[in-house]
Amino acid sequence: MKRQGVSFTIAKKRNTRTVLSYHAMILVGMVWLILFNIVPMFGIVMAFQDYNPVLGFTGSKFTGLENFRYLFSMSDSRRVIVNTVIIAVSKLVLNILVPLAFALLLNEVRQLKFKRVVQTMVYLPHFLSWVILASVLLEIFGYKGVFNTVLSLFGAEPKIWFSEESYFRQMIIFSDVWKEFGYNAVIFLAALTGISQDMYEAASIDGCSRWKAVWYITLPGIASTIVVVAILGLGNVLNAGFDQVFNLYSPLVYSTGDILDTWVYRIGLLNVQFSLATAAGLFKSAISFVLIVISYIVAYKAADYKIF
Amino acid sequence: MVRSKSLGSKIFDVFNTILMTVLALSCIYPLWYAFCLSISSKSAANSGMVTFYPVGFSMASYQQIMGDAQFFRSFLISTGRTVLGTAFTILVLVIFAYPLSKPASEYRPRNVIMWIVIFCMLFNGGTIPWYITMVKYHMINSMVGLILCGGVPVFNLILLVNFYRSLPRELIEAARVDGAGEWRTLFRIVVPCAVPVLATLVLFTSVGYWNEFFQGLVLSSGERYYPLQTYIKQMVVNVQTTNLSMDQIETMDKLSNKSLDAAKVFISMLPMLVVYPFLQRYFVNGIMLGAVKE
Repeated sequence: MKRQGVSFTIAKKRNTRTVLSYHAMILVGMVWLILFNIVPMFGIVMAFQDYNPVLGFTGSKFTGLENFRYLFSMSDSRRVIVNTVIIAVSKLVLNILVPLAFALLLNEVRQLKFKRVVQTMVYLPHFLSWVILASVLLEIFGYKGVFNTVLSLFGAEPKIWFSEESYFRQMIIFSDVWKEFGYNAVIFLAALTGISQDMYEAASIDGCSRWKAVWYITLPGIASTIVVVAILGLGNVLNAGFDQVFNLYSPLVYSTGDILDTWVYRIGLLNVQFSLATAAGLFKSAISFVLIVISYIVAYKAADYKIF
Repeated sequence: MVRSKSLGSKIFDVFNTILMTVLALSCIYPLWYAFCLSISSKSAANSGMVTFYPVGFSMASYQQIMGDAQFFRSFLISTGRTVLGTAFTILVLVIFAYPLSKPASEYRPRNVIMWIVIFCMLFNGGTIPWYITMVKYHMINSMVGLILCGGVPVFNLILLVNFYRSLPRELIEAARVDGAGEWRTLFRIVVPCAVPVLATLVLFTSVGYWNEFFQGLVLSSGERYYPLQTYIKQMVVNVQTTNLSMDQIETMDKLSNKSLDAAKVFISMLPMLVVYPFLQRYFVNGIMLGAVKE
């Protein structure tokens, strides 16, 4: 009886010490999280104010939804939202289809060494920044660039491709797909290795063609992966890629290439219309938040996918 | 895959090999192109003669960079930010993730904190509130600012929490029975098990710090304080007009030095090339971690 009591006190003491060390471990991370992730969120009140930096959050006048009303009455905002959705949705679709096609084709390659070399090379652009890639792409697709040199062989007029309104969006979408296809294919390639080779052997004995094997064995084998990737992309419907557009666009292509994030940057940080820019940013964050939550719930229900 | 010896199958193989080769080459072309420009003569580079190989070999650009104090300053800022930032971030993540990997029965606030963390992953205040907060914190022109301003990388934190949770409980129980405290258990038992995951996180974090340019741009009052990527962003001027006359194009060519610009771009890619072989080994399992199923 007595012994039990002693061990109980020891266990309890030990437990308090454990919990104390857990608190200590949480501390630094939590401080960082609160100061740099959470506190900035409170700046959202600016979206409902006529924010004046001199008066601060407490002194500035509250204007309710006035900023949003003004925002949606601007012709700029409509243009920007349309551009954002067109670019983002095109990227979403192509960033699944192209990597998928690439993974399927690479899977048909028989020489393993060649396969590995190709893989090593196609991952590279993902790790280079848009600043770097933009500086090179602006050269390649510039007036005296390689692209025009090649086209001139077919008698085409030289163009500055990233400065043409009618080509800018396509250039953005194409260059993003090119940068990411190798990296995006990794998840499909991993799923492909999970398909049993026995199935192919059995199919082969039954006289199945290569094309049919892809259609009836390979694709069904990675269908669930495709579904998850597609659903999780939903959260990016308003994400057209700030880094990329910011480094490639110019005032010449604002009509087709200006997106929400670049517009927020210009009206907020260059024209110092803090409240309006915050309202536009909040519009994006709020919609994205809802879409991501929906996509996680759907992914969980449909494919048993969990992130935590 | 199904092996077939038909003619159609063979033709497909040939075309497939060609396609794969072209795609792969296109992915390393920017790197090769920047390299070719950088070792070509200024006149050849500016007149667009450099396409797939260097023209008029010249090391002048690299000699010029040697005397460019601003380039070196930016390079140092980026190096410092990457090394210190990665060390700090990984240390915090390693420690922060541990209590979060415990069930709520062992550490009661766990679920509440986890939900806060997940909320931070899904929602943010946007650029402007973030910027105003950073100004209030006096994070302008500061190395500390460049390291901390992005906040906790929540996605990576969750990856690590998931990994810790996948470790066998017996391992940690055994350490506890042997009388090890929680800190000792974390650093002597858990961390050594997590080395492959940590390697992935180190590589991703350092690539992220190295490639970051926007925070460097808005949190600096002048070129002196730019990290390398911001410096290069400012260097590359996008052409502002489509209807250039031949004269204007000639003037622009005289003013710019494409070979020098390319040399700077190439040098800023180099650290990435150095870590790339390691990166390649680890990032595949890093991506797979994002899709843990329990």
